[in-house]
Amino acid sequence: MPPTLSYAYAVARDTPALSRVVPDLRGVGGAPVRLVRAEGCEDMVAAVSPVPSADFAEDALRNHLEDLDWLESVARAHHAVVEALAAGATVLPLRLATVYLDDEGVRAGLRTERQTFSDRLSQLASHVEWGVKIYVEPPEQQDAPAAEPGPDLSPGRAYLRRRGQQRHSREDVYQAAGRAAERVEAAAGALAAGRARHRVQRGQLAEAPGENVANDAYLVPLEHSDLFRAEVLRAAEGLTGVRVEVTGPWAPYSFAAPPEPAPPREEGP
Amino acid sequence: MTEPVPSRLGAIPSRAQPYGQGSSANLADILERVLDKGIVIAGDIQINLLDIELLTIKLRLVVASVDKAKEMGIDWWEHDPSLSSRAGGSRSLAEENRRLRAEIEALRETVALPPAEEEPAEPVDPPATPARRPKPRTSASGTSASGTATPRTSASRTSTARTSTPRTSPHRTSSRREPR
Repeated sequence: MPPTLSYAYAVARDTPALSRVVPDLRGVGGAPVRLVRAEGCEDMVAAVSPVPSADFAEDALRNHLEDLDWLESVARAHHAVVEALAAGATVLPLRLATVYLDDEGVRAGLRTERQTFSDRLSQLASHVEWGVKIYVEPPEQQDAPAAEPGPDLSPGRAYLRRRGQQRHSREDVYQAAGRAAERVEAAAGALAAGRARHRVQRGQLAEAPGENVANDAYLVPLEHSDLFRAEVLRAAEGLTGVRVEVTGPWAPYSFAAPPEPAPPREEGP
Repeated sequence: MTEPVPSRLGAIPSRAQPYGQGSSANLADILERVLDKGIVIAGDIQINLLDIELLTIKLRLVVASVDKAKEMGIDWWEHDPSLSSRAGGSRSLAEENRRLRAEIEALRETVALPPAEEEPAEPVDPPATPARRPKPRTSASGTSASGTATPRTSASRTSTARTSTPRTSPHRTSSRREPR
């Protein structure tokens, strides 16, 4: 058997439900997931599976991370395990590719971070994460036919008028997006226990049409979960050119790390 | 699409897909969580997290760049205070200034006024050409307001990511176990 390393997916509360989920769970490369427990950390476990050393040793891993197909397969496997665990217990998702030489290394990690893990697990108990993205869809295409220049207009004036019309319709859309953002924040803030900002999504991976102008995650108490989704979607109703997309519920990825100790800041958040 | 969240305490079928995303979740949504978020602890295999941060930037920006978006003029909302907490009031002034300059430039060329500076006069082209030339935009980019507007560009995103990395585990890297 080729040498393996221990890939850790998440730290979780040790619950009976978790123990029922794990036996059937497969992780990266289809390897079986197991729970690792450490002495002195009786209330928590780490979910771990073996991965080939050939793929996850430092150099190999660094190279693999540049390969989007490889990265996608690992990311999806990681995510699938985290989601399955989250159904059975409060989880702290670990960052992708948290890899130890063996399970003893995982135990040492649990012991070292025991207090942090314990605190975060308590904070996140019975909460889920919802993603809220706001898109604008500038009505650029529909301007072209409307830009019939009047007979009395020089080409230059006609051009400027056309540009002005385009700009105004674009401004309208972005103003609508601003209103949507305010309403969504108000609706979400009323129900959420926390909020995290993600970078707006662009580039090839941003599959959704339109331009992503806000990408937030909210930590929501489980009992408000359905209401949260409904209220956020309702908040954006009736605004043309703006689309609000709600994803989730997610395991609390965006809230797993302890909050930063608020340092004095020169700038607003 | 989204199924109700089951009770965490209830019996859960082992292969249930209780969360709404499942295997169909958008890759960008997954990557931003598993790469950018999640708790960071030092494993035995040390991967420089900067590499991962840079990777996400590559995925996001290099593939279809922000510069292209800017070229298409779809960046100005970033300076709108109602949309961006980073926008300062001076920026909208700079933006207004930039727009006015662009319009003056376009007007100047269409009515065949002499150019403002060393810019050679152009024959009156199809009207779309003058204002789409990069001149107004590049001249505006030299202003201090535009300079501070760069956090969203790829270059300074890199630096944002770099500076944000230690925050996730400032003290933790020291606790890493030495590989045996």
